[in-house]
Amino acid sequence: MNCIIIDDEAAARAIVNQLCSKVSDLDVIEEFDNAIEAIKFLNHQDIDVVFLDIHMPGFSGVDFVQTLKNPPKIVMTTSDTEFAIAAYEYEAIVDYLVKPITTERFEKCLQKIKNSFTQRPKNKTGEVSSSGANEDLYINIDRRLIKLKLNEIMVVEAKGDYIEIKTEKEDYRVHTTLKKIKEKLPEKLFLQIHRSYIINFTKIIDIEDNSVLIEKNVIPISRSNRPELMRRLNLL
Amino acid sequence: MQEHPNLSYIKELSGDDAEFEQKFMRILKDEFPEESQTYYYHIENDELEMAAEIVHKLKHKFNILCLPNAYRLAVVYEEELRSGNKQKDDNLRVVLNQVKDYLNSL
Repeated sequence: MNCIIIDDEAAARAIVNQLCSKVSDLDVIEEFDNAIEAIKFLNHQDIDVVFLDIHMPGFSGVDFVQTLKNPPKIVMTTSDTEFAIAAYEYEAIVDYLVKPITTERFEKCLQKIKNSFTQRPKNKTGEVSSSGANEDLYINIDRRLIKLKLNEIMVVEAKGDYIEIKTEKEDYRVHTTLKKIKEKLPEKLFLQIHRSYIINFTKIIDIEDNSVLIEKNVIPISRSNRPELMRRLNLL
Repeated sequence: MQEHPNLSYIKELSGDDAEFEQKFMRILKDEFPEESQTYYYHIENDELEMAAEIVHKLKHKFNILCLPNAYRLAVVYEEELRSGNKQKDDNLRVVLNQVKDYLNSL
């Protein structure tokens, strides 16, 4: 899942970001200190979850929810418990977190988010598609579909609104999200080891401390993703 | 009994992530003095609605620093400010000074 955080307080954004960083399948794509900028962002970016502060000057969280035609899943965050009832009037709102948010409460929130997706699965197509044989991946660059061999992809890195696909021959920049390409990559070859990196783990040269070496690329391993990587390795 | 600010919430949140802890302290040390100054400015200019907005932000900081009594004071005071009453200004200033001293000591 990917998410954005909207809160006018940097401290509050940092807390939600830190809580998200502990979750392996949740990537924070962007943070915003006002809802207007977030709406502009959502106009060209698919997002699964929004962590949204209710009380913001000018354009509030409730204004934000009312403005979006097809809102993603929204988790309200606020210091004011009295807003809770109003928040649940909107279908998109799946949970309500009172600040300061604890790790335990955040974990429950994640379960609610996951449950809400199960209840109404999404069916979206992206700019990246894999072939029926699952051996190739087509990427759309300047209206041209370029075929990449999956086993030649070494690393995929998130870079803001784009991803960079590093292959043995060339690097490609594609306007999509890490989440979308992850859905197209076979789990037997690829693994997300950091919020910004998916690697082809057959290309690993070595692993040292908290990083992986693939060709000349040193890729960080996040704490939460390290156990899964270690599980997949054929350790002596 | 007087309460004292502490970092137990931040420590719990950060786990062993020292980088986050340092980043978060920088944010607190940046935001808190700025918000305090904004509060003083609005109070001195009798802009109570604006002062209430800042108290709303400050009360979250009190929670983060494990100051439940200060938080409760701020909740009540925010509402009073919106009603045009700034009588708890002195009480809030005591808390603001306490937090300022604490953050400066870190």
